[in-house]
Amino acid sequence: MHFRLTDDQEQLRRALRELLADREASWAELTEVGLFSLRVPEDAGGLGLGLPEAVVAFEEAGRAVLPGPLVGTELAAAVLGLTGRAEVVRVPARGPVLVPDLPTLEHVLLLHADDALAVLPAAGLDATPVPAVDPDRPLWRLEGVLPLGEQSPQAHRVADEATLLTAALQAGLAARTVAEAVAYARTREQFGQPIGAFQAVQHLCADMLARAELARVAVYAAAVDGDEAEIVGAKLLADDAAVHGARDCLQVHGGMGFTWEARVHRLLKRAWAWEQAGADRGRCLDVLAGRL
Amino acid sequence: MQLSDTAAEADFRRRLREWLGKTLPELPAAPDPADWPGRRAYDTAWQRRLFDAGYAGVHWPADAGGRGATPSEHLIFLEETELAGAPYVGANFVGLLHAGPTIATEGTPEQRARLLPPILRGDEIWCQGFSEPGAGSDLAALRTRAVRDGDEYVVTGSKIWTSHAEVADWCELLVRTDPDAPKHRGITWLAMPMDAPGVTVRPLATLAGTTEFAELFLDEVRVPVANRLGDENDGWRVTMVTLSFERGTAFASEVVACRREVRELARVARANGAWDDLELRRETATLAAEFAALWRLVQWNVSEAAARGVPGAGGSVFKLRFSEARQHLYDLAARVVGTEALLDGRWTAQRLQGLSYTIAAGTSQIQRNIVAQRILGLPKGR
Repeated sequence: MHFRLTDDQEQLRRALRELLADREASWAELTEVGLFSLRVPEDAGGLGLGLPEAVVAFEEAGRAVLPGPLVGTELAAAVLGLTGRAEVVRVPARGPVLVPDLPTLEHVLLLHADDALAVLPAAGLDATPVPAVDPDRPLWRLEGVLPLGEQSPQAHRVADEATLLTAALQAGLAARTVAEAVAYARTREQFGQPIGAFQAVQHLCADMLARAELARVAVYAAAVDGDEAEIVGAKLLADDAAVHGARDCLQVHGGMGFTWEARVHRLLKRAWAWEQAGADRGRCLDVLAGRL
Repeated sequence: MQLSDTAAEADFRRRLREWLGKTLPELPAAPDPADWPGRRAYDTAWQRRLFDAGYAGVHWPADAGGRGATPSEHLIFLEETELAGAPYVGANFVGLLHAGPTIATEGTPEQRARLLPPILRGDEIWCQGFSEPGAGSDLAALRTRAVRDGDEYVVTGSKIWTSHAEVADWCELLVRTDPDAPKHRGITWLAMPMDAPGVTVRPLATLAGTTEFAELFLDEVRVPVANRLGDENDGWRVTMVTLSFERGTAFASEVVACRREVRELARVARANGAWDDLELRRETATLAAEFAALWRLVQWNVSEAAARGVPGAGGSVFKLRFSEARQHLYDLAARVVGTEALLDGRWTAQRLQGLSYTIAAGTSQIQRNIVAQRILGLPKGR
């Protein structure tokens, strides 16, 4: 057993963190560094790496709260051999079928509840733009009768790996909420000292870190092990770490947290969006309960 | 990132499994929990079997008489013994996991030769005299006094929460030797024989009605200066070196046990109809995910400790989540078994015992302080 990042994985993480620090990288840059071709075989122009490297990379993408169809584009290339932007859309238990970033997409990977997959050209879809809560993740509502899909080993892989990569994004986002909360708590002063010196605030931050760390390790293990129960377990923990973390981050920011300009709300809104991407809470819990 | 065993680890696991398969059926029945002499005999006999098979002090360095196993092998040892239902470390806990490693690191050759082999063989039992009525979370505030008198210390004071005191041969004792120094600097570590005149043990009943620990009253107990580990007034550092032995394996067997208990609870719920309740089913699933991840966190922390040679910061994060998840598990069990939770049964005993998990070995509040201040770098309040 050697359950820690290898030197190469550590290097990949550092390179992405540097690229994504302080500014938003363009889609072309993300493509150039191989975010979407990490797992494409080398003879097909990719980097020939595996799921563990993909989750390390997606964790960094989550930390940077990157916009765009990250998960679908990676999976279209790695699993389906399709180039161009794509997004995985799971038919929800309730509410409309929503596709993010639709006009930029070439493919929509529509997943039904039974993991039947329909690979649809984005251009032909009947869809209406709808106002979205996350300003960086515009949404379109699919209209009409949904195309049927087909079950296949590939479809199952898309389903599982979409959940895992989204969990990696959430784990990164959770770590970001900790960093933002701690940075603010160190500098904001009340009662003559940084608010981070108060145990009430410290304990909030400690719990945020504990959730983020457990989720991160669960995501890594699921990437190495590949078992569905580990994947949905990691997604549950990562969703909780991201959503709960963003809520607590907002709380630490006090009144400023409630403003548009403080941007803390963007962390929370993205956490909400990713919570519904891949397998959602109910699905994760039912898979896990079924294993008991 | 690698979760599977190396060839050497797989070999270690296979041999251990074989040995456990052969040995466990030969063990006598476990004693009644209230029968302390019986427990001591049972625990030390198990330790002797481990010793004879080369598994005593798996994680101790070879030059201290241990097996010198890697942290990964130590984790395999804990995992396999728990999976096989082997006896818990029990009364050997303090000797094997705290006092012994401290002596191995800080002891003189004479102290090591005298004190370590009996721990490994299961001949001598240790208890820990650290906490006091006035020094719990703030351990360094301890006040038990030791005054030098020739080649002896004369020790007076009291200790509390001392597990296995009734059956211990030795106590690793922290005493105040310089009341005028800053609180961390006036402390000394002594090995105190429990049969010394002036030592009184008063068992303390826990809220579960068991006597898992005791109070120690020390009335002018004379302890030879030769029993001091490290320098006078250097006891705080001496005690903390044991942390360097902490390789992320603390509570590892308990995580294995909790994963089994979650599956067991699901079986009970299926049998008595509780499983029809969607909320309860999902809560059980949440706990399954939590304990699965905590096991991965153990593997992560062990790998980090093995690679860096020092324990990572993950221990407090783990302790915080694990102790709360474990309490949650037994609260859930109470809902599964219904009114049976009001009777004195197996799950009730676990639920009561579980109330100590967020208090013992550093309260959850202290763990949060550690995480906030040492890992996140938040400032200490005024």
